[in-house]
Amino acid sequence: MYLKKFVIGAMSAAVAAGAIATTTAMAAETLFIPSMVYRTGPYAPNGVPFANGYKDYFTLLNLRDGGIGGVMLEVEECETGYNTKVGVECYEKLKGKGALAFSPLSTGITYQLIPKASVDKIPVFSMGYGRTSAADGRVFEYIFNFPTTYWSQASAVIKYIGSKEGGMENLKGKKIAHIYHNSAYGKEANPTLEVLAEKFGYDLTLLAVDHPGQEQKSTWLQIRRLKPDWIYMSGWGVMNQVAVKEAASIGYPMDRFVGNWWSGTETDVTPAGAGAHGYTSTTFHAPGGNQALHDEIRKVVYAKGEGAGKESGVGEVLYNRGMLNAIFISEAIRRAQEHFKTKNVTGEHVRWGLENTDMKQEDWKKLGLVDFIGDIKVSCADHEGGGQVRVQQWDAEAKSWNFVSEWFTPMRDIIRPMIEADAAAYAKENNITPRDCT
Amino acid sequence: MDILYAVFVAPFVDMVSYPAFFTEVVLGGLMTGVMYSLVALGFVLIFKASGVFNFSQGVMALFAALTLVGLMSGTVPFALNEVAWLAMPVWFAILVTIAVMIGLAFVVEFAVLRRLVNQEPIILFMATIGLAFVLEGVGDLMWGSNVKALDIGIPTGFFEISGVQIQKFELFAAATAAVLVAVLAVFFNKTKIGRALRAVADDHQAALSVGISLRKIWIIVWSVSGLVALVAGIMWGSKSGVQFSLSLIALKALPVLILGGFTSVPGAIVGGLIIGVGEKIAEIYWGPLVGGAIENWFAYMLALLFLLFRPQGLFGEKIIERV
Amino acid sequence: MFYRETGQFKTSYAADQALLPIAQDRYALLATLVIAFLVVPLVANEYWFQAVLIPFLVFALAAIGLNILTGYCGQLSLGTGGFMAVGAYSAYKMTTNLPDLNIVFVVLISGVITAAVGILFGLPSLRIKGFYLAVATLAAQFFLLWVLNKFGWFVNYSPSGSIAIPPRQVFDVTVTSAHAAPVARYLITLSFVTVLALAAKNLVRGSIGRSWMAIRDMDVAAEIIGIKPLQTKLLAFAVSSFYVGVAGAMFLCFWLGTAETEAFDLLNVSFPVLFMIIIGGLGSILGSFLGSAFITLVPIFLTNAFVGGLGMQAVTAKHLEIIIFGSMIIFFLIVEPHGLARLWQIMKEKLRLWPFPY
Repeated sequence: MYLKKFVIGAMSAAVAAGAIATTTAMAAETLFIPSMVYRTGPYAPNGVPFANGYKDYFTLLNLRDGGIGGVMLEVEECETGYNTKVGVECYEKLKGKGALAFSPLSTGITYQLIPKASVDKIPVFSMGYGRTSAADGRVFEYIFNFPTTYWSQASAVIKYIGSKEGGMENLKGKKIAHIYHNSAYGKEANPTLEVLAEKFGYDLTLLAVDHPGQEQKSTWLQIRRLKPDWIYMSGWGVMNQVAVKEAASIGYPMDRFVGNWWSGTETDVTPAGAGAHGYTSTTFHAPGGNQALHDEIRKVVYAKGEGAGKESGVGEVLYNRGMLNAIFISEAIRRAQEHFKTKNVTGEHVRWGLENTDMKQEDWKKLGLVDFIGDIKVSCADHEGGGQVRVQQWDAEAKSWNFVSEWFTPMRDIIRPMIEADAAAYAKENNITPRDCT
Repeated sequence: MDILYAVFVAPFVDMVSYPAFFTEVVLGGLMTGVMYSLVALGFVLIFKASGVFNFSQGVMALFAALTLVGLMSGTVPFALNEVAWLAMPVWFAILVTIAVMIGLAFVVEFAVLRRLVNQEPIILFMATIGLAFVLEGVGDLMWGSNVKALDIGIPTGFFEISGVQIQKFELFAAATAAVLVAVLAVFFNKTKIGRALRAVADDHQAALSVGISLRKIWIIVWSVSGLVALVAGIMWGSKSGVQFSLSLIALKALPVLILGGFTSVPGAIVGGLIIGVGEKIAEIYWGPLVGGAIENWFAYMLALLFLLFRPQGLFGEKIIERV
Repeated sequence: MFYRETGQFKTSYAADQALLPIAQDRYALLATLVIAFLVVPLVANEYWFQAVLIPFLVFALAAIGLNILTGYCGQLSLGTGGFMAVGAYSAYKMTTNLPDLNIVFVVLISGVITAAVGILFGLPSLRIKGFYLAVATLAAQFFLLWVLNKFGWFVNYSPSGSIAIPPRQVFDVTVTSAHAAPVARYLITLSFVTVLALAAKNLVRGSIGRSWMAIRDMDVAAEIIGIKPLQTKLLAFAVSSFYVGVAGAMFLCFWLGTAETEAFDLLNVSFPVLFMIIIGGLGSILGSFLGSAFITLVPIFLTNAFVGGLGMQAVTAKHLEIIIFGSMIIFFLIVEPHGLARLWQIMKEKLRLWPFPY
């Protein structure tokens, strides 16, 4: 009786004590990098390697170079579980500590942060995801999504299919199916695919898969009936794994099955085993862990036991992506430090740094990456950066991803007007005056 | 006029003009339905014997599958590194997993069921939700949250009979479900424990007065349910890899439960088959008219429709209220 | 000793029928309101408003709505997420199509629209009971979210599929979108919740509330004594959906500012709100507040305690947090199955007799 009351009292006290541990502003002796991760929840298998790559690069900078410009970096992880509300709570908690840039790795959380970050003057760097029309920097001053976006990716995929069919003229009459996750993210590619279907004359079939996509029998029965020449997939999480397995089960030629860059990771092909051999996906950076930078990370970070994950994870597709994300942010910080002549930069400075990203192959080589990604140039009006898309293929025996195409440039002449139209609509609805970028 | 034609005539014309494909759709639906029934069976067993709607059934399936994969690959629990000599052969790993699920049943009975005897069903439902959270956290901590491939040697590939493709995996799943239901039927009808379970399902007080130990029955029922969860976890986990989303299959099994009735094993099977076939036919023949992805809510609408005629499901016990 | 009615004489019918007959209750409520309206805005910082207080209030209102339906009328419903989504999307459509309409009216009218939808989906309750009804309301949940997702009209044909509320003013103070000061958003949410909670408290102790409780306890007997089940159940669905719709509109307008259908799905809204009313206490307005506090705040406090206080890794903290959260649910259910509100009631009873134990 008394024990029960004591325990209730103790638990309430513990909960109340936790309430006191909220945050206050931090002194700026370090450069504070918030890291919104999801190491738990339904998307943890994808969130973990990304978070590891992200953290390892900053650890490398700290251990090898003593930070950026001599100031150490502090990375604090906040676990969102891919939940939008928790993401917002993480944002509120971390922004007061001098956060320099947010990369939520979640389209839902990105949408939440777009209005808030613009008011709080902290850049949101949603690399290859988030709101596509944020590529129009005149309306979305604080949002960046370089090196490329979903709409550009869709156009690059059509180019790839065209190249495989022997020319864009041969697309006429071909059947292309788009299997997509029934959410805002999955639907992103649809308008572009429809516009291009009218232009090039292919038959487009749109097949939605309901969240979470654990059961896709009806989708693949429809594929069986339709017998499309090519399948493009915009999936995420378990939907990818089940899709690859179903495609293998019905005997669909895997090399005609192209996933987007969130559907092409090691996690997605593991359950299908040998059946996934030949599955392709798009990407905007190289797979594999054999670059000079990876060796550096292994030598400096993992040898000292400071690695965020397992050493075998270095070089996985999403690890490289997290690493790339960290590279862009650290280069932006460096650029801002040089331009504004101060070591302790703020969010506004880093925004400028991101907006003036201009990295060519020599710059990448200096960082230890060769043929890893195309030239990236971001500008005031163009937050998409002019990145290129390439196709990689899974080798189930060697258990590795390898490039099977050249770099494709997206059809910017078709995509850019669409982006500007959507950005203008957003600006009108929210009473935003677009900047003048001349 | 066009719309009326498209909704009421065209799909049927389609079905009739391509009978091979229609057969494939129906077969596919039946197979999917069997997979749903596997999950629904676990719910039914526990509800029948203890009146508890066990929301954590999905998480139990996930936990069982995680344990199986962990044991097969020789992962050290909580430390998450793989040790080669700990890796067990499939059949042994399955036995150990069954033992773990029985142990879990003991723990659940001790920590949760015993303390909540005679509470309202909604309180027990809530307690199983708490249990689901705990199992989810423990499972993640013990075995890690990456996607694990599950391959216990179920045959893959397909064969074709006059244009209709039949997946070997699904035949295997259907056979397993049939065997499971047969074993459960024998267990419930021919053994002493089975009789005791049916007695408890009928009336707790009467069963107590005849000398049946409620606690023992609950442990047995939760263990059997754990076994069923393991089978369901293996089937679903082989298709998608073992990961958190596996626990969401419980939501797919709910329409099966309401259609078949919460307290009926044959109801779970028949309900599963009806929902499976209904879902697929609706999605493939009527789905394209409205843009697809109607499966989720269609299953519930279908079950709702049946409920309007039989409020306790097809085979469920009639709720008799006396004033 | 502190909490007795001794010496409190009622001299008018109005005083006798007061909402809170005991003076100490009235003072406590007044003190709480004074602290909430005057003290908290001065003391709290932006994190507290955005991550703690406003979600607590929004979900408390949704919990009151669900409590009316499930706790007072006995109709178990898992469609709360779908109805909140209807409220949010109605608010968005109204305010983008009629920018001059005051946001207060927008929020209230969204509630009315949601009530209409709620009546429609409440029709099965006339035939189906118990857990079967719960799973039937899941049909409402999935269907509503599918509809809002499918038809571009709801998001003004934006390719992003998400809705964002533009800045709106009340008495020249911006109260919506990121441009609004957190204090302003907190105060308007608090005002809505206070007024609607008092309305709910009055509603459930009147004849309507009693008819709901009669249906909950034994609906066959209720029908026999003359309570019309059709009207009563549908009224419960309507009022409950009104509250949930207003909560959904506030979710969009005053709390997050943007939303997409995923934010309202089963695991993010419907189940947590159900947990809130079960943990807080079925059939109790105070219980809705306590439950909302428990479910919204405990995870945040646990994370802050583990990561901020003990310096644990975020992911280990999250796992432990899930385990502790589940265990706390089980623990509270074992200790007091009727919820935190009942614990509070027992405490008040003990206060009446203090310092005597019996």
